[in-house]
Amino acid sequence: MEKMSHMDPNTVVVEMKEIVKRFGNFTANDHINLKVHKGEVHAILGENGAGKSTLMNVLYGLYKPTEGTIAINGKVTDIHSPKHAIELGIGMVHQHFMLIQPFTVTENIILGVEPRKGIVVDKKLARKKVLEISEKYGMAVDPDAKIEDISVGMQQRVEILKVLYRGADTLILDEPTASLTPQEIDELMEIIRNLTADGKSIILITHKLKEIKACADNCTIIRLGKYIDTVKVGEVTENDLAAMMVGRNVNFKVEKKEQEPGKVALSVKNLKAKDYRGVDILKGLSLDVHEGEIVGLAGVDGNGQTELVEILTGLKKAESGDITINEVDIFNKTPKDTFNAGVSSIPADRQKHGLVLDFSVADNLILQHFNEAPYSKKGFLDKKAIADNAEELIEKFDIRPPHCENRPAKTLSGGNQQKVIIAREVKNDKQLLIAVNPTRGLDVGAIEFVHKYIVEQRNKGRAVLLVSFELDEIMSLSDRIEVIFDGQITGSVSGKDANEKELGFLMAGGKNHE
Amino acid sequence: MNKKTSILHSNFLYTVIAIIIGFLIGAIFLVIAGVSPMEAYAKIIDSVISKPKNIMTTLAYASPVMLTGLSVAFSFRTGVFNIGAEGQFVVGTLAATIVGIFVDVPAIIHIPLCIIAAAAAGAFWSLVCGVMKVKRGIHEVLSFIMFNWIAYYLSNYMVNTTFLKREGGGEATKDLLESARIESGDFNYAIVIAVILAVITWIVIEKTTLGYKLKAVGFNKFSAEYAGIDSGKSILTALAISGALAGIGGAVQVMGMGGRLAQFASQEGYGFEGITVALIGSSNPLGVIFAGIFYGAMKYGGTKLTMVHAPSEIINIIMGCVVIFIAIAHVFKALFLSIGKKKEA
Repeated sequence: MEKMSHMDPNTVVVEMKEIVKRFGNFTANDHINLKVHKGEVHAILGENGAGKSTLMNVLYGLYKPTEGTIAINGKVTDIHSPKHAIELGIGMVHQHFMLIQPFTVTENIILGVEPRKGIVVDKKLARKKVLEISEKYGMAVDPDAKIEDISVGMQQRVEILKVLYRGADTLILDEPTASLTPQEIDELMEIIRNLTADGKSIILITHKLKEIKACADNCTIIRLGKYIDTVKVGEVTENDLAAMMVGRNVNFKVEKKEQEPGKVALSVKNLKAKDYRGVDILKGLSLDVHEGEIVGLAGVDGNGQTELVEILTGLKKAESGDITINEVDIFNKTPKDTFNAGVSSIPADRQKHGLVLDFSVADNLILQHFNEAPYSKKGFLDKKAIADNAEELIEKFDIRPPHCENRPAKTLSGGNQQKVIIAREVKNDKQLLIAVNPTRGLDVGAIEFVHKYIVEQRNKGRAVLLVSFELDEIMSLSDRIEVIFDGQITGSVSGKDANEKELGFLMAGGKNHE
Repeated sequence: MNKKTSILHSNFLYTVIAIIIGFLIGAIFLVIAGVSPMEAYAKIIDSVISKPKNIMTTLAYASPVMLTGLSVAFSFRTGVFNIGAEGQFVVGTLAATIVGIFVDVPAIIHIPLCIIAAAAAGAFWSLVCGVMKVKRGIHEVLSFIMFNWIAYYLSNYMVNTTFLKREGGGEATKDLLESARIESGDFNYAIVIAVILAVITWIVIEKTTLGYKLKAVGFNKFSAEYAGIDSGKSILTALAISGALAGIGGAVQVMGMGGRLAQFASQEGYGFEGITVALIGSSNPLGVIFAGIFYGAMKYGGTKLTMVHAPSEIINIIMGCVVIFIAIAHVFKALFLSIGKKKEA
């Protein structure tokens, strides 16, 4: 990716000095410094819970710092509310969008600062202004579309337009790529370049190193609430950044011993299915996964991956085809039957499908086995056995906080919620493990952990089907990569020989020559 | 978590606060009505606890609402909203009445038979709505409300058939046989039945795999399905149990206090009162025992308010306020927790 800096090193727009923020006995920010220049993209890097969001909430006027000063355009200011922050030219785009679904794009953007004509909203003027800004920064939006009808990427552009409309010069983007597809991420990078070219400054909160390398000028690293360093991104490697973030060397290269795949575990033949609208989505897909092999399924979202996984796990019915696991037919069987036949999975949406958030961690760890011994005795739950199982898995999989077996799963961080699912599915130890975007939203430490267990399942001789939108993840883990396009497998490359360019070509519908 | 914050987190504290606020607001209305609140509240307390007989009557008032409260609490815990307890209560009453009048067997068989008939009727009434929900996606709140009215008119129709109508006038059925009555002398066994069922319900929810399954579906249908639980079947099971509890509520009403089924002039409200009881009891079956007794006491005490020239409707105002303040308890919770935090900091 071409990188061009628009940073003006002589103009400091935001300077936070020795910021301390305490909540009771807990210190979320411990003497943190941050200096952002005009036209700069400044990344803030830290693990989940490191204190990035707290720092930004201080800057945005949501929290009052316990100690320290903030200067905006060289003037020390006491930012007392988000409204005040907006007046000072600071805008924030939250990770979870704050849009009103049934309202149109324009209505959402002007909400609270509507242009008026007498006592009525001047919708024509509003629409015109929205189009002006969106064209200026190359952000295509349909001003009349309702939020509920537009893609996640466009919703994010609406959020950015919202802060620009309010006259922001410094934009805080909180984990902006967490829910975007690779294409949408590229588009976002382009938007960021357009913004900085116009003299806007961007504060980018993220734990994705690749994005920092791709677009940031400087990077401030925070670890456990403490200021570690501010570095010029051009002078460090991704490994350096990761090491500073987690405080130890992180192994990006997944350690994987050479291993010959065994016999076929999962066999899918000529699978056809319709999506929820009744449109053909799988058009005769065939795929084998062998024992002791990780097969990565690469593809642009919407080419049938979701439906394939739903069919394999029994959540969706297919039209026709054959599916067997260890030669047992699981075509259009129930989730329970497919599970018993040997299919376990790490679902894409851990909160919707993977966990019962209101249940305790211990109860979540027995979700498929609650009515079997030793957890059930004559219809009654054996709380002791359930607690023992939880204690063992919490310790083995380092689920934090320690001894969290009785806490509701919703109180755990995203990474630890994912660990609960991994612990459960690794313990289930089925013939086939399906992992869908298993590291989405996780920081590098947690990613390393998840990858380790996926490889361990393979080394034990289990079959693994990895479905992921992160090409890096597919390439580093897979023994074999199958490309899905328009409901069929259109290409196959060995994991060792794969490169991003070739995969990208195949994912866009190209054919490889074999 | 230390002791102080654990108290601040518990539902019990906010329920007590809501009840106190309810009484304070009731007092304002009493003053407006020109009645001394102290006098009115003293009358309620006095009429409830002054004599053992009054305590028994209070418990008799409490039993049916305790059972409909259990019904609603069970549905809350398993992720459905049984606003149809009213109708299930009515068909339960009707079933118990028919069995109570026409089946002539000794009490030891007759009483369980009436209760089982009522439970089956209530479960069936609830299941019809459940099947419509699971198979056709019809929201249970709509169908339940309609089924409440169907039950209401069905009951009024049945009461007036020659087959059930009492001889010698009166818009009511014949009397239940003595062998089907659970009121003997001054003691009404309804409360015993209600408390036993509350304990059983608590065990089912907290201790059994059935409870685990129903709660899992209630909290998150998608994860439950992912884990191989048949969510449709679970929802139907939950609704059947909930309906059976409301139906038994109808049985103990007619077998205890009523003795016969009268034509309704308007919906009796036991099912709706069950929602109040479930909310006051934090949807915990054991909490429902106490909430039911509280409601029963207010209901019975309220009938005595006219003796001090206070409008008995004041009871509805108080209970309404209690429910509202329980519903917004999280506001108080956040408030108290932030005050607590500031003090610590």
